[in-house]
Amino acid sequence: MSGARATPRSDRRRFLLTAGETGSLTNSRMENDRAFVAKARSGDTDAFRALVERHSRVLFRLAFRMTGNAEDAEDVVQESFLRAYRQLDKFDERASFGTWMYRIAANCSLDLVRLRKRRNQAPVVAEGPDESVPELPSLAPSPERIALSGEVRERLAAAMNELSETERVAFVLRHFEGLRLEEIGEVLECQPGAAKHSVFRAVQKLRRALEPIVSPVR
Amino acid sequence: MNHLNEERLVLHYYGEENGVPGAAAHLESCGVCREAYASLERVLDAADGFSAPQPAEDFGSRIWERIAPRLPARRAFVAAPVWRWAAAAGVLLAALLAGQFYPKQQPVRTVAVADPQAGERLLRLAVGDYLERSQMVLAEVANANPHRPLDISFEQERAADLVAESRLYRQTALRTGDAAVAGLLDDLDRVMLDITHSPARLTPAELERLRDRLDSEGILFKIRVLGANVRAEQAAAARASGAERKS
Repeated sequence: MSGARATPRSDRRRFLLTAGETGSLTNSRMENDRAFVAKARSGDTDAFRALVERHSRVLFRLAFRMTGNAEDAEDVVQESFLRAYRQLDKFDERASFGTWMYRIAANCSLDLVRLRKRRNQAPVVAEGPDESVPELPSLAPSPERIALSGEVRERLAAAMNELSETERVAFVLRHFEGLRLEEIGEVLECQPGAAKHSVFRAVQKLRRALEPIVSPVR
Repeated sequence: MNHLNEERLVLHYYGEENGVPGAAAHLESCGVCREAYASLERVLDAADGFSAPQPAEDFGSRIWERIAPRLPARRAFVAAPVWRWAAAAGVLLAALLAGQFYPKQQPVRTVAVADPQAGERLLRLAVGDYLERSQMVLAEVANANPHRPLDISFEQERAADLVAESRLYRQTALRTGDAAVAGLLDDLDRVMLDITHSPARLTPAELERLRDRLDSEGILFKIRVLGANVRAEQAAAARASGAERKS
């Protein structure tokens, strides 16, 4: 088979949730988070600042993929921390603060995407120059391939924008963030089966858009 | 084993092995499925290119600078001493007067306030009015039929207006250390923003979530308490003013 793996793509868990969390470094990080949360609950804003500075960049990447542009993603990060601060008393100290923030950010992104849809505003396509260009596997970057990757990027962005809000969230959470279907269901407040269908529908749509140009026959 | 359908190939790709027992072994032996899987893999690997830009190292600090002024006070719901309101009123009245008499393009200057008590009354009046209008918006949500969808487009407009004007009150309250008012205004701000950002037509489930939030945070209760205090103070001030005129 040409380039296909018989084994599945590794279940790459985003580090925020579990990957590495068995390691002492991450455990220590989680312990620190807990200490900061405890202080923040008692009104220590410096402690909350530490949490913001620790987790903002990860949340931005999630929000960017959800919303499709940097400005919205930044708004989502801000709003997520504001919501978190208000709900600190509800945070279960046994849980991971990162996981908790992750869910808040996913829901904030969802809110924003819904709002934009209601106002019929299409999300701005990712503007990053080279960062958003998909790299096609095992091909040298010839001029033809570079042009092709640009086309892939455009089609990919357009296809992502065509996904329903639920499909987009489900796909981002599964494909980029490595959440399991049960976890996606928690974020979307639906059954894992429904989350699975959302991921599947998203993949079908992306496939229709991208297959003609990523096919080796081309 | 039958061929793997697209859904099972997707599950296999993402390592959801529980949903596709024996998929790996089947792919080893079935050329048709292997080709289908290769095609799927090309598409999903290409989707990896939808990468997010790396935020700058100081991104977290920037976020903090933006949200720090908006963090609600994490204090008990206790009213501040009146003298703080007097000082705050002076600042607010100065700002209001400056806005009234100076064109927008000119730098705003502060003016001296001859009567701090008048300023205090003005501020209390403004906050009282603000709370009353907020209560009307929230009451629409709180008292709606929980079993039917609710059109909140009108409330959304009013909520957006309230958010726009709350900033000055909140800043003044923060400046004077009045955690109760600042906290309540902040709570209100968030609820109003949520209402503004909600769908114009709430489903019963969405409505229930919003009502639960109002209940759990006791926002309507706080508005009623603080609003009653404000009205009582206004009435007392009016009585005192009337008595002064008669004498």
